[in-house]
Amino acid sequence: MAYSDKVRSLYTDQLKGLQDGGIFKIERYIHSVQDAEIEVEFPPGAPIKKVINICANNYLGLSSHPDVVAAAHKGLDARGYGMSSVRFICGTQDIHKQLEQKVTEFLGTEDTILFPSCMDANAGVFEAVLTDQDVMISDRLVHASLIDGIRLCKATTDSFKHSDMAHLEEKLQLHSDKRVKLVITDGVYSMDGDTAKLDEMVALCEKYDAMILVDDSHASGFIGKTGRGTHEKCGVMGKIDIITTTFGKGLGGASGGCVSGRKELVELCRQKARPYLFSNTIAPPVVAGVISVLDTLSKTTERRDKLEKNANWWRQHLLEAGFILQPGDTPIVPVMLFNAKLSQDFARDLFAEGVYAIGFFFPVVPQGKARIRTQISAAHEMHHLEKALEAFIKVGKKYDILGKTKAEVTAMYGN
Amino acid sequence: MEEIRDVVLEYVRNEYMEDQDEELTYDTALISGGFVDSFSMVSLKRFLETRYKISLPDNRATPEAFDTVNKITDLVMEFLGK
Repeated sequence: MAYSDKVRSLYTDQLKGLQDGGIFKIERYIHSVQDAEIEVEFPPGAPIKKVINICANNYLGLSSHPDVVAAAHKGLDARGYGMSSVRFICGTQDIHKQLEQKVTEFLGTEDTILFPSCMDANAGVFEAVLTDQDVMISDRLVHASLIDGIRLCKATTDSFKHSDMAHLEEKLQLHSDKRVKLVITDGVYSMDGDTAKLDEMVALCEKYDAMILVDDSHASGFIGKTGRGTHEKCGVMGKIDIITTTFGKGLGGASGGCVSGRKELVELCRQKARPYLFSNTIAPPVVAGVISVLDTLSKTTERRDKLEKNANWWRQHLLEAGFILQPGDTPIVPVMLFNAKLSQDFARDLFAEGVYAIGFFFPVVPQGKARIRTQISAAHEMHHLEKALEAFIKVGKKYDILGKTKAEVTAMYGN
Repeated sequence: MEEIRDVVLEYVRNEYMEDQDEELTYDTALISGGFVDSFSMVSLKRFLETRYKISLPDNRATPEAFDTVNKITDLVMEFLGK
């Protein structure tokens, strides 16, 4: 038997190490559709509890929206369940091309290629468009999937301090001898909810003849006046060379992602990106769902406007209640608790009060910066937000942190 | 040698430390300790090459060789022929 006791114990020890280190992840089972209110079994075997969900990436509340579900049903009936093939053999349908065209129009780019996920888009794009004569200069807080993609590429790597434009400029000067310089950033940073300074970054890229890639997964569909993304918010539509994004968050929440940008770069991805070449693309019902999402979002800004209003209300009322928030203006609103155990206790008590949120701590966020990350949705009605706020205030009072400074909170609980 | 050590320490502090008050010694594990991300080692390599007019081959500029200020200093000294 290849899987001997010795090998098994190697892995059980590893799992025990995760448990002992307090970083063993446990899933909560949801017995309903994804929405503002969900039915959760937690811990496993516990009675199902209806709770308000404030930790989903369901920004536009489309994950179970009747129009999207109906469009997916229609797509399922018209184009089937799957393609049983990669794109370039016999896995490309008319609706895949339609979706690529619609994403291009929505984001204001030159061309688009679909990927099974944005993780795959980020895994494939760098290797497809860069060589060992080039350099990738990434913000130090970019998403893990970008880091993995960068690792798979032979180009030189470098990084700059988070959102530090002077440091980025130094790096662009340092690598002036490279054939291609690619600056890499998230549009909205998912842990802090802050936005990249894309206007300044584009100006630097123009000055130093560099390209820029933005992962806009936490922005597409709702950031910017018409929801096109961070490039719209920063006034640099048409100036981002590569946008990667997901359909698994605001844009319907199912799955799939894309690379959208300069047509030559997109074509190189089609020819060379390994996750595109060696994996089936997005399934027909999901493609149909995303097409309907983009059609709706192109006609009206109603949902992103409601999301903005909800997020502003939530941020303002948490501040008024005396919580310390990470500054920002996106639907990601981190409530800072600083201490890891406090973040876990706080999340547990919120759940008891009927509010589902997650406490994040090191190594997911820096040491001493534990928080409850709240994410607001257009699916939230005012009564959801009011009830969630009430629960936050009740738990905040229990731990006596309302109106306290960071120093006072850490003096009580450590950091 | 002391001067090289301090120059490297100062560079590492400015380039990599988010919190300038964080303790940094000649033996702090920079890469394995998570202070320096391996992506940006190239900056450190280029800084050393420019400052000391040396050429560090890629197979010597490894995460292990760059893991502490003392190790970096030893490497620079070797290539300076000291």
